Parts: sequence; C-alpha cells; structure tokens
Amino acid sequence: MREIVKNTNINFMGWKKYCFIISGILASLGIFALVQIWAGNANLGVDFAGGTSVQIKFSQAVNLHEVRLTLEGAGLKDFDLQDLPSENKVLVRVKKQDDTVGKASEQITQILNEKFADKKPVIDQTIAIGPKVGSRLRDDAMLAVVMAAAGILIYIAFRFRILFGIGATIATFHDVLAVLGIFWLLDKEINLILITALLTIAGYSLTDTVVVFDRVRENLKRFLKDAVHDVINRSINEVLSRTIVTSLTVFLSALALFLFGGEVLHDFALAMLIGVVIGTYSSVFIASPVVIFLSKDKNPLSAKKA
Amino acid sequence: MKKGILWRLALIGATVLIAFIFFLPNTPLYKYMPDGWKKVMPSKGIVLGLDLQGGLHLVFEVDGERAIEIATDRAANSLTAAFQRKGIKSTVKREGEFIIVSPVDAEAKKVVTELYPQLSLADGSGALKYKYSVADIKKMKDTATDQVLEIIRNRIDQFGVAEPIIHRQGDNEIVVQLPGVRDPKRAVDIIGKTALLEFKIVDTESPVAAELPSRVAPGDEDRVVAKYKNRLPEGSQILFHNVIDKDTHQIVDKQPYLMKKEVLLTGDTLTEAKVNIDQRFNEPYVSLRFDAAGSRIFEDVTGRNVGKRLAIILDGNVYSAPNIKDKISGGDAMISGGFSMDEAKDLAIVLRAGSLPAPLKTLQNLTVGPSLGRDSIEAGKMAAIIATLLIIIFMVFYYRLSGLIADTALVLNIILLLGAMASLNATLTMPGIAGIILTIGMAVDSNVLMFERMREEVRAGKTPKAAVEGGYHKAFWTIFDSHVTTLITAAVLFQFGTGPIKGFAVALSLGVSINLFTALIGTKTVYDMIHLKGDVKRLSI
Repeated sequence: MREIVKNTNINFMGWKKYCFIISGILASLGIFALVQIWAGNANLGVDFAGGTSVQIKFSQAVNLHEVRLTLEGAGLKDFDLQDLPSENKVLVRVKKQDDTVGKASEQITQILNEKFADKKPVIDQTIAIGPKVGSRLRDDAMLAVVMAAAGILIYIAFRFRILFGIGATIATFHDVLAVLGIFWLLDKEINLILITALLTIAGYSLTDTVVVFDRVRENLKRFLKDAVHDVINRSINEVLSRTIVTSLTVFLSALALFLFGGEVLHDFALAMLIGVVIGTYSSVFIASPVVIFLSKDKNPLSAKKA
Repeated sequence: MKKGILWRLALIGATVLIAFIFFLPNTPLYKYMPDGWKKVMPSKGIVLGLDLQGGLHLVFEVDGERAIEIATDRAANSLTAAFQRKGIKSTVKREGEFIIVSPVDAEAKKVVTELYPQLSLADGSGALKYKYSVADIKKMKDTATDQVLEIIRNRIDQFGVAEPIIHRQGDNEIVVQLPGVRDPKRAVDIIGKTALLEFKIVDTESPVAAELPSRVAPGDEDRVVAKYKNRLPEGSQILFHNVIDKDTHQIVDKQPYLMKKEVLLTGDTLTEAKVNIDQRFNEPYVSLRFDAAGSRIFEDVTGRNVGKRLAIILDGNVYSAPNIKDKISGGDAMISGGFSMDEAKDLAIVLRAGSLPAPLKTLQNLTVGPSLGRDSIEAGKMAAIIATLLIIIFMVFYYRLSGLIADTALVLNIILLLGAMASLNATLTMPGIAGIILTIGMAVDSNVLMFERMREEVRAGKTPKAAVEGGYHKAFWTIFDSHVTTLITAAVLFQFGTGPIKGFAVALSLGVSINLFTALIGTKTVYDMIHLKGDVKRLSI
C-alpha cells in the first residue's frame, strides 16, 4: 500500500486555539470584504455593478498606454483598462450606467476600430448591463447564497445531530468567507462566476466535513466513555489519508483548469484551488473543534443514554 | 452470482453504447454516418451555449407608460378627426393620461362613447375629462408587451437568424438570444428600432419657424429645443432632419423643422414596404403602399393641406418634407434619406413587421465573438484531458490495480456524462466546461472513500472479498451525503443562475449523479469479476 500518511496520531484538537485565531482572521477578512462590497469599495464585475465591458483582440501587440490615450482623446470618461498581453487582448470597462445600454460599447468599438485598423481589432466579448439587471443579478446571487446555505444546513441537520450541523455550517461559511476575503484582497473581480465558485466550494467543502463527521459519529457510538476531544482526534487521524486524497484529486483537476482552461475560467479555477485547500483545512480544524466546543467535551450520544 | 455480473456488465455496456450514440453528433465521426442513421438516430447532441458559439443575448424592457401615452394620443387624434367630420366645435387634446374635450358638448360626448367605449369620464365640469380605467391600462401594457414580442419575432424572421430564442420575461421584458450573429450592431438596430412612421404637417405660419437656424451641429439639438421652448405655438414642436453625407453615410448636420404635433397618418396602414433604387442618384429608398383605409386618409390629408409641406417622420426624425402640390390618391409614398443598401433593407424589414407600440429600453446586451468561444472550447478540452491524465496516473500510482479500476469508472463517468448531456440536448457553456472538469476530480472521490474503507478492512484482517463488500457497504452513506450536498448547491445555481451558470449546474449535477452509478455499480462489478475467477489472496489497493 502506498500511503500518504501512515497510522498518524496527531493531536489536531490541541491546535484549535491557533486555528481559531487563523480562521478568525480569515473569516473577519471575508466579512470585511462583504461590508466593502456592500459599500461599493470592491472590484465588482459588470454583471453586478452594471456598466459596460468590452474585450477586444488585436492581431498584434498594442500599447496599453496608447489605447488609453486614444480612448481619452475620443472623449470616453471613467473607464478602466486591463490587458492580456499574451493574447493581444485589451479589456475596457466603463462603470457609468445608462438607462439603455449598448451605446458605450458601440463607441469604444468604433474608436478602437478607427485608430488601430492595422491591428485588426476583433470583438471578443462585450457585456453591457443596465442598473435594473445589475441589481437583479445581485439580488439573485444573494438569494442563491442564502438558499444554498439553508439547503445544506437542513440536509446536514437531517442526517446528523444539530451539533454537527452547526459545526459543518460554520466551517462552510468560514471557507466561503475566506475565499471571498482573499479575492477581495487580491483585487480580483467579484462577479457571477466567483459566486458560482463560492457555492461550489460550499458544496464541496462539506464532502470533507461529512467524511470526518461520519467517522466521528461512528466512533462516538463505539467509545461512549471517552472524551469527545479524544474521539475526534482519533477519528480525524483515521480518515486523514482519505481527506487528503479526495481533496488532492479535486485540486488536480482545478489545477489543470487553472493552467490550461483559458482566461475565462482562470479566476474560477483559482477560487476552487484556494477553496479546496481551505475547505480541507476547515473540515479538520474548524468543524470538529466547534463540535467539541458546543458539546462541552461531553459525548452527545452518551449523554442521552445516561 | 455469475448471472448477476453478466446482467450488470450488459447494463454498463448498453449505457455506454447509448451514451455514445447520443454523443455521436458532437464528434467528427458523425459526418461519415450513413443517411439512414442520421434520419433515425439522435442528431442534435450537446448544444453550444451563446458564450461558446458566439452571438447576442439581449434583454429589453417595453416602456408601458409610453404605450399608454401613444394610445391616448391616437385616440385624441381620431376624435379630433371625427369631430371635424361631424362639425362638432369642441377641441380634443391630451394632458398626461387624460383626454380633454372642451367645451362640453352633448354631441361630442356621444361620439366619444361611440368610438371609445372603454374611455371613462373622470370629470365633467367645464370640460369633459376622459381616461382609460386602471384595468384597461394594465391590459394595454400587457398587450403592448405581447405585440412587441410578436413584432420582434417577425423582424428577426425576416432578418434571417438560425434558431433564435425570443421570449417574454415577467411583466414587461423581452429576452432575445441570437446565436452566431456576425453583425451584432445591425441586429440590435433592427430589433430596437421603434419604426414609428408618422405623417405630420410642417408649421410655416408661426414666427418661430422663420427664426429657426437652418443647420445645427449634431448634439446641439437639445439646446435649440430649449431656446425656443417658451415661444413655441400651442400644438407645435421642433423635430430634426438628419443631413447625411452621401459617401460616408454619417450624420453631418441636423436641420430643425417646426412641426404640427397632430399625427395625420401612421405606418399602421402600410401593406407594403420595399427597397427600390432611385435611378437619378443611384440611391436606395423605401417605397410604401397603404391599404384602402390608409389611402383614403392620405388622400384626405393631402387634399386638405395643398400648398403646405407634408413631413415623413420615422421615430421622431424627419426624413423628408415635400410640398403638397395636389391631392395624392393611390396610397403610395416613399422614404429616402441617404441610406446605404443595408440600411434601406433593414428599414423595409422593420416597416413591414410593423412599428413597436412602445419604445424599448435595452437592459442587457451581451455579445460574444466567435473566436473567444472557439478558444475556450480548445482550452477546455486541453484542461479536461490533462485533468483526466493527472488523476488516472495518480490513482494507479496510489491504489495500484484498484486505482486502475477507479480509472475505468472515471472514463465511464465522463462518457456517460457527455452522453447524458447530449441526450438532454443540454447547453454546454464556459462554466459548464468547468463543471465537467471538476466532475473529473470529484468522480474518483467516491472510489477513494471506498478504497480507504477497504484498506481498513484489510488491516483488520478481513479477506479480500469481505474487505471489498465491507468497503462498499460502509462507505456508501458517506458518498451519498457528499453527493447530496453538491447536488443542493447545483440545484440552487440552476434556479438562480444566468444561462452560463445554469450550464455549470447541469454539468455538475449530471456528473455527480452519474458518479453514483459508475463508482458503485461499475467498480463493484469489476471486483466481483476478479473474485469470481477464484480465491484472490491479496487485494491490490
């Protein structure tokens, strides 16, 4: 047998103090990011903020500064520029929202077509979203997060005891907040694709937690007299290798997506990579300690029988 | 036992075959299939989403308030005409949502009730104040949205787009998806153009008319309107004519006209609109023909206004304003104005399909060029192949023969996922590609959970066969739970996501569901086959 880890006996729960500190910071960062998003101090995608984005592909490299001067010279205001030099692509974003959309993208396309005609600009993608659709997409995203959280909570509560449900939910929220916080810190775009990644992370991070909790539950039934602390430590050690291997396989596929999946899915893959790592960490170091904390280290299964 | 295995093998073989048949249209092999096959067997396969094949996704809002105003305007106009015919002295005008008839006249009241029974009298002191009821207004807005939908459908049919999707969303929104459109701007113009054709009389009597500048720069229109706003005669307005450069087809100047507000005739009564070429200037124009009722009005209007100028106005722009030399009968007219051939064609399309009962507001406009989608598909394939290889190699390295069994199940999972998506004609989107690739990573997780259980059973001293049984049995609920949580999020994403996100949800949920089958039934069958051959001493895991 090849084994990543062999007969470990690590006192995971002994680290819980440090883990709570680290996770506290990560989760706070996420909450802070949420507040900042709320206040408008985030790199919100056009789909949420409204506005226009135009991505143009040129046949050869263009100077970003020249593009900026051209657009400014033609009277375009309040725009951001970003380039993908490896692909000769330029992304122009205009935050200004018009009641009826489409004019800004037409204007940008026309300006660049005229000035850079020799570099054969081709439109890759334009996204123009009016304020009404933007706010609707924001509401839908919010509702989706709430519904997913509720759905998972209900299922876990139905399959496990409430203590575990709370532990799993806290761990899941922790993961989502941490990834959101990190993305905010990296000034990555907060958009629909990221929300999709966050919800996928939420669903997947539970996989690891379920694996651990299944074993914890099993062992709590077997070792009624032992402290919950010890039972959980034993359980995590027992399932440690599968926790690592299952995460590793998903990590590998997210890595392939990150490296080869193309620009559109790049940030999605990055979120998944970070999410899988944090999700694995939290299922060991957050979900279980929360159960210990809530059960006051008394076996919740034996308590009923006593 | 042996029979059971055969049955399961047959089941697996059959599903793979069916999956392959469904997925065949998406492979290059399909074009070599005989015609008979193509006729009977599935031909559609997985559909590429707009984000992958390029195209347009538009959301419009129908301005219902304007629809009511326009309808009220028309009612006021036709009442004016009716009053004139019957020699009633009362005048009609629109104020907001009200139609005001003054002075009060019993005869006028009778005419209104006769022509517009749905107008109810809101106030009768001094003047007759009519309006549509709340229920009528709601119905009119609703009808307006339906009409817009129908007209857009008509226009797109005539423009010629393969497989457009056009549907209503909510109270007053219309979603239009046009896959593979190469000229998005033209398509948007055709859909969004109100194409309200109106005939009005140029006001030359008012002193303001003589004061108006002959040309203004484009963009200065509002300033001109504001300047004369307070001195405009009652019932007149300023409209502009676009002066177009013949070579570049760009607007170079705006020419203001003082225009009577009264609409004499609209494009409603058109029976024909087609492109002709003006022989003198070799320039396309659109010729119009009215139906009998329209022709009669046209004749009447021109007869009453000999010596004045009749303006042909499209969507608030004056196209031409010829002098009326004589009464015009026959019901023919034309619109010219420096059109390019495409512009003239598109104008004929929108006029034929009819004017929108209300203007549209574009709420959302997504355009994807064909190259981005093509690049994304190539990148997606690459990532999928590399993800599969990485995982296959890892599993064999880590779990030996058992890893190979899991890899077989993984390949089975991918085949069945593509087959299932093809059988549902599911839409593959960019996020959908990510869903498939993540499924590849998650697919082996079920096997990992089982294998680790089996290892525990082996360590506990169980026989290989018992270890396999125990592994499957004990890991099942863990696997089930983890699949359900993923399915919950996928369901939520499907419910609330936009098109591309829905594609992700479909790929992920199908992949995970199929995984239950491949990981449980597929690999179990292989183990049973191995153990059938005799007493296996050691489990390769």
